[in-house]
Formats: sequence, structure tokens, C-alpha cells
Amino acid sequence: MKTNKTAIRYAINTIALVILMIITFVIGGVDNNTIKLKIVPSVWQCCYLIIMAASLNLVLGFLGQLSLGHCGFMAVGAYTAALVSLAFQRAGVYDEKKGAAFMLVMIVSILAAGILSAVLGLLVGIPALRLKGDYLAIITLGFGMIIVNLINNIPFCGQQGLSQGTASSALYANGLGFSNDEKKGYMYVAVLAVILCMALMFMFVRSKFGRIICAIRDNEIAASASGIDVSYYKVLTFVFSAFFAGIAGALYSCCNAALATTSFAFTNGSILNSVFIVVMVVVGGMGSLTGSIVAAIGMFLLNYAIKNGTWVAALPGFLQNVFTYPMLVYSIALIIVIMFRPHGILGTSEFALCDIPKWPRMVASHFHKSDKEAEG
Amino acid sequence: MEERVPVLRTQHLGIAFGGLHAVEDFNIEIYKGELVGLIGPNGAGKTTVFNLLTGVYKPTEGTFYLNNELLNGKKTHQIVEAGIARTFQNIRLFGNMKVIDNVKTAFSKDIKYGLCSALFRSKAYWKTEREIHERAMELLKIFHLEEKADYLASSLPYGEQRKLEIARALATDMKLLLLDEPAAGMNPTETAELLECIKVIREQFGIAILLIEHDMSLVMNVCEKIQVINFGKTIAAGLPDEIVNNPEVIEAYLGR
Ligand SMILES: Nc1ncnc2c1ncn2[C@@H]1O[C@H](COP(=O)(O)OP(=O)(O)OP(=O)(O)O)[C@@H](O)[C@H]1O
Ligand SMILES: [Mg+2]
Repeated sequence: MKTNKTAIRYAINTIALVILMIITFVIGGVDNNTIKLKIVPSVWQCCYLIIMAASLNLVLGFLGQLSLGHCGFMAVGAYTAALVSLAFQRAGVYDEKKGAAFMLVMIVSILAAGILSAVLGLLVGIPALRLKGDYLAIITLGFGMIIVNLINNIPFCGQQGLSQGTASSALYANGLGFSNDEKKGYMYVAVLAVILCMALMFMFVRSKFGRIICAIRDNEIAASASGIDVSYYKVLTFVFSAFFAGIAGALYSCCNAALATTSFAFTNGSILNSVFIVVMVVVGGMGSLTGSIVAAIGMFLLNYAIKNGTWVAALPGFLQNVFTYPMLVYSIALIIVIMFRPHGILGTSEFALCDIPKWPRMVASHFHKSDKEAEG
Repeated sequence: MEERVPVLRTQHLGIAFGGLHAVEDFNIEIYKGELVGLIGPNGAGKTTVFNLLTGVYKPTEGTFYLNNELLNGKKTHQIVEAGIARTFQNIRLFGNMKVIDNVKTAFSKDIKYGLCSALFRSKAYWKTEREIHERAMELLKIFHLEEKADYLASSLPYGEQRKLEIARALATDMKLLLLDEPAAGMNPTETAELLECIKVIREQFGIAILLIEHDMSLVMNVCEKIQVINFGKTIAAGLPDEIVNNPEVIEAYLGR
């Protein structure tokens, strides 16, 4: 229902988002090397990680189905966006990466990425979602691998990148692949994309659709006995989620000079792979979109700190040795989080600006309860 | 005289799991406003009858009709749409959802707004959500659950979970309600309360109810008609008085 309270919530959130956009514009306008070389690329990476984690959360946390091939959709999105933008460039729609024409091309490429990915989600989802649990996990895992191999074998894509031959300079020079300056200039596009995607996902879960998919997660038999067409809503959610994974892929292709299919594998050395996206969802809290945001940013910062932090050199020798195996550090971090927050950082609750005044009371009642438990 | 159409009519309904005939030749007619009891010893096939009527299992023989509409082979959600709702012997709530959202979920077939309306918060969205909220609260009031609307369903005590399950079934706007041992595990006061609720529902909604129950005295008190099954076969059907005095029924319940 729409009450005054909801209206206030909407207003506060809108104001916060406007402020966020203003900050983005300001940062994008400053000419500073730290910002250009460190902060801006980080923001881009966080943006697509957030969309990936949140969109997978729809399937994994809200619908309760384990999908291990989410990066497959991202790959489709990335290659679609790259190819569409290159096609426009060759058709002469734009020469330089600025101006209204390029802006339009960028929007079209991003949307095309989402749509193609969603179509693929439909094709995969209809047969795959008849299966449950482990079987679904395996089939989606297979899907991720098939996609990578398919792309590898498309003549103009390939393992080496988007153009035939050794280098993938075509994307970088002419298409969406941005230089550092362009990344800085267009940073607001990434932030805006995240805001829009997250808003749409929130609206989805805070409507009858959210209720229905949570019901399916909690008890499929009872859901169908309540008049819900379980397979329809499963496929719908899968497609909806794939759409956003495609958009995340488009953002990925914007901030990378080269596209290579290894980036979208089941596992690899970086934090962008299907397994790590699952980890982000679990750490953030299955069923909490804001939790996914926190986890995606946290995981990125951890990765960044390990790879680039000067503080690592200041550590004692044996710890430095540990840090040469990033995967080890991730697992330790994961174990620590799960030990103290078994349901993830935020569990199923959402972070909301309007709830901040309530925090002291919540913390107090939390301690009050544990006191009682200790007595009893 | 105008011929009355039974809400539920089954003809020779049956199912076999491999060689086991869990239900055989099941015939019943239930009219609007009737409360019919379905009883029988453990493993007699009562729950299986419910599973057949709700499309969980496909009958291997026979047919069943809701207001003369053939429902054989329909999927569960289509049968719910046609107007049969049920509760479960082992409670099946949406445990991680709020009490009120459990009920709202069952209103889904009445919620006509589409994906775009939801994503962009159209007027239709707000209007429908407000209506659904009010209707859900009204249902909860019947079961005295309105104050716990924002609790997690799994945090309710057992008796209230059973009630919530009935409330959720009622939200589907059904013509026939199937209750599978609604009083199981309840103490006498809770059972009495539940019976009150069932009576209220019947009067208020004017629906037909088919009730599975183990407690003979409870069934005798509330049901107008009783059907007894044993090993999947109907061994008696009729008025409560006839049933208690039926030698076959006594034998089935007490053993030889
Ligand atoms: N899916 C199935 N596969 C095989 N056998 C089944 C299946 N479902 C039920 N049965 C069998 O059908 C028979 C009837 O089971 P049902 O659950 O309907 O009994 P019931 O009358 O509800 O008993 P209770 O009073 O214990 O609830 C049992 O022998 C059971 O083992
Ligand atoms: Mg039973």
C-alpha cells in the first residue's frame, strides 16, 4: 500500500541516489591521476560485480535455485555489446567516442546485451528449470561452459579476443572499450546503470513477483496448491535475472580493452567467475539485494587490497607468503564471515536509509536477548 | 424441480502405484454448504484422495468434476484456479515469509497487474496491493491472527500455523475446501476453537468442505455425511449415526 511512510522512504532514497549521481559527476570531472588510474576503474568493476551478484541473488536467494552458469549470460552480454557497438562504428554512426550519437549507440548496445542474454535465459531456463537442486546446478554449469566454447568458435570472436588475429584492438580502438579518460568521462553511465538495475530488481522483489518466488523457494508444493504456476515463475525469474547479467556483461566490455572468453569461465584466477558470484551472494545474504551490493564491493576491495596494496609488503614474511595465494585469503575471509553470520552479512533483511534511526534500538535488543539466553 | 449440481463429483476415481491400489473406485458427491468427513485407519488412502483431487497425482482410473467441469489431468495450479483448495497433513507454510505474505501469495490469481506495472509502480499496482492487503487482513481476523500479521510464519505456535494454512487456502477463493487432519496435534481447547472457525467459514463463504480426521468424536459432531475408506476401498458412506453402528467400520477401526 502507498502510505505516507512509503512516500517518505521513496523520497529519502531518491535524494540519496541523486546525491550519489552528483558525486559521480564531480569525481568524473576532476583531473587527477589517482582518480583516473585507481578509483575510476574500480568503480566500473564494482558496478558490474554488483549487478552480477544482485541478479544471481534473484535466482539463488529469492527463487532458491542454484545456478552455476551465471557468467555465461555475462559473456553473452559482453560480446553482444561489443559487437553491436563495432557494427555501428563500421556503419559510420559515430567516429569519436563522444556526442549524442555515441551515447545512443552505447544505450542500444547495453540494452541489446540484456535482451539477447534474456532470450538465451529463456532458451536455457525452459528445459533446465524442470530439474532441481544438484541437477539444475550441473546443467547450468554445463551451460556456462557451452557458451564459452560457442563464443570461442565464432570466427570473429575467439579465445584471443574480439578480433581475429593476435590482438583485440578493434574493440579498444573503435568500439565500447574505453581508455582511462573515457572511463572517467562515462563513469556516470555505469553508476546510473547500477542504480536503474537495482531499482528494477527491488521493484520486482517488492511486488507479487517477489512474494511468489519466495513462496516457491519456501515450499514448492504449497506454492502450486496456492494457485501458482511454479514453472512459469521460475522461468520468468531466470530470464529477468539473465537480462541483468547481460547488462553487467555490457559494462564489462566497456571497461576492458580486450574481451577473452576465459574471463567468464566457471573458475579462474580473478574474482569474476560463476563461483565467485555465488560466493558473493552467499556472503551478502541469500535474499538480500543490499547484501549482494555490500558483498560485491567487499570482495572487490579484498581482491584489490591483495593485488595492489602496499601494506602487504609491510606484513611479516609468513603472512606475505599467504597473500601470494589470494584464493587462500578469500577462503579464510569466507570462513570467517560464515562463522559469525551463517546467513550472510545481511541475512534476508535489507539495508535501508530510513532504518538507520532504529539501529541503536535493534543493537540494544540484540544484546538484551543474548543476555537472557545466557541466563536461561 | 431443478436438479442440483454437486460441487464435487467423482466417478470410480482410483490410482495404483505399481501394483499397490492406494485408492480404488472412489465415488463421492458433495453439495454446496456441506461438510463431509473422510475417515479411515492409517494408510487407508485418505491423503491420496486429496492428492488426486488437487492434481498432485494423476488418477489412473476414473474421473472427477467440479461443478460439472472435468478436472482430470489438470495441473495443480489450474485446479486451484477452478476452485479446489487444500491444506496439508504435515503443515506446509512459506516459513521464511511474513504471516500476511503467506495469505497474499494465495491471492496471486486475483492480482492482475503485470511485470511492467510492478516494475514501474503503476496506479494499478498500488490499488491492487492496497485491496489485497485489506482482504488478507480480513481473512487473518477470522482466525485471530491479525496481530501477528508481521511475524514470520515459522515463528507461530503449531495451532496457529494450522490456522494460517487454512486462511491461506481460503484466499484462493475456492468452492471446495479440502482439510487434511486440521486438528492433528492440537489440544482440546485448540480443537474446539478450530471447529468454531470451520463453522464460521462454512457460513461466511458458503463453500463445501471435505475433512479428513482421525478423531471419530470430532467427525461425528460436525459432519453431515461421512465416508469411510480402508485399504483404498470405500467400506461405508452415510449419516454419522449409520456409520458408528456399521459393523464393517467398527471392524476396520478396532481390528478383528
Ligand atoms: N507416491 C506414492 N508411491 C507409492 N505408494 C504411495 C504413494 N503415496 C501413497 N502411497 C501409499 O498409499 C497408501 C495410502 O497412503 P495415504 O497417505 O493416502 O494414507 P492416509 O489414509 O492419508 O493415512 P494417514 O492416516 O496415515 O495419513 C499407503 O499405503 C502409502 O504407502
Ligand atoms: Mg494422510
